[in-house]
Amino acid sequence: MNSLFTPLSWSDSGLILTGVWNTIIISVVAIVVGTLLGLIVGFLRAESNKAVNILFGSVLDVLRSVPLIIQLILFSTFVGAMGNPLAPFVAGSIVLSLYTMAFMSEVFRSGFESVSPSMQTAARSLGMTKWQTIYHVRLPIGLRAVFPSWLGVSLSVIKDSALVSVIGYMELLRTSEQLISRTQQPLEILIGVGIFYFIISYPLSHYGRYVERKMAI
Amino acid sequence: MISVQNVHKSFGDLEVLKGVSLDVKKGEVVSVIGGSGSGKSTLLYCINAIEPINKGKILVDDVDVHAKETNKDKLRQKLGMVFQQWNSFPHMTVLENAALAPRIVKKMSKEEAIEIAKKELEHVGLGDKFDVYPTKMSGGQQQRLAIARALAMKPDYMLLDEVTSALDPELVGEVLDTLRLLAEEGMTMICVTHEMGFARDVSDRVAYFHEGVIAEIGEARQVITDPQNPLTQKFLSKVR
Repeated sequence: MNSLFTPLSWSDSGLILTGVWNTIIISVVAIVVGTLLGLIVGFLRAESNKAVNILFGSVLDVLRSVPLIIQLILFSTFVGAMGNPLAPFVAGSIVLSLYTMAFMSEVFRSGFESVSPSMQTAARSLGMTKWQTIYHVRLPIGLRAVFPSWLGVSLSVIKDSALVSVIGYMELLRTSEQLISRTQQPLEILIGVGIFYFIISYPLSHYGRYVERKMAI
Repeated sequence: MISVQNVHKSFGDLEVLKGVSLDVKKGEVVSVIGGSGSGKSTLLYCINAIEPINKGKILVDDVDVHAKETNKDKLRQKLGMVFQQWNSFPHMTVLENAALAPRIVKKMSKEEAIEIAKKELEHVGLGDKFDVYPTKMSGGQQQRLAIARALAMKPDYMLLDEVTSALDPELVGEVLDTLRLLAEEGMTMICVTHEMGFARDVSDRVAYFHEGVIAEIGEARQVITDPQNPLTQKFLSKVR
């Protein structure tokens, strides 16, 4: 008897690897862009007065408090309705990057604030300019202090990237959903996908622990 | 010469310096003593342009420290400063700590900066600690590192703000010995200190601060052992 469903086979590995690759790509984009923007925003927040901080803070609060899945759907629907629909990868990258930025900026802000004013005064007393002090003292000390938090945010971005599937991006979870609907083997596929997420995340977490040990202060 | 002329300084409504005048000549060591909140540390911060002043004038080698056109970063190269908290840079080795400012501020080559840093570290007795991270050292060693780090900029003056106050008692001696050595070599220093023995033996003059003014200033031994102002007498009888 011929079944409506075709079981999982080796020929599906190409699809799965595409999903793995797309998950990696969008995670890397979001982590890199989110880190760079977060660094800038975090620095501005650490340096700014209250008024600027309230303005920044409320935008960041929205980004951090509204579930990512809602942000993704609203953004891609809105842009689509405006007449210029974006490719799922582009829309997903923008939303995921901003979402990452919102968390990263808080991480970096606390890093910058962890460097005591007296440490900065000591650097200035040696004749260093404000920017030399930031570059040679505040940045390296602050980044070391928050590296574990940075790693935590980065790892959750990899997992959060699964949500970009809702706007049609063919990342790991979406490819697995397609395979499940075709094969009706959800257990095997979800376990496999879980393992893939672990394989993607583990090197980062492992390497992170190594870096952390190496630059422990 | 450092010339402090009728300096007033307020933090908000609180006037901390109420007209302080003090001249420190090249090669002179002046200790500043007084109770907490008397304004003695603030004076050092004002001399180094870390804190602005409200009135009066401070001249360092005839340059007006607080004038708008004065390049304060440049000026600070002349004025080495060491603080109560040693503030060593924890992400750098001892040698890198001392070589950083000569390299990036004075734009020396790496080799040159390292050579100077090594010399100053040996000078303060840290010749065997080049590759150690400062957090692995005692407070006394870190404070000597802070002194070497300041000396590596070849300052003409050293401003020392209670450099032994945060140290465990048994570590105070090694830091004071380093300062004694500097004094013998003719370094011009202003030391805010609670170490009366040090003030008496090492400085040329001692100034007693009381509520934002210099209540008494004179030859070191005289001020410490035979103070003329009743306020100084009262203060010294309490700290002994």
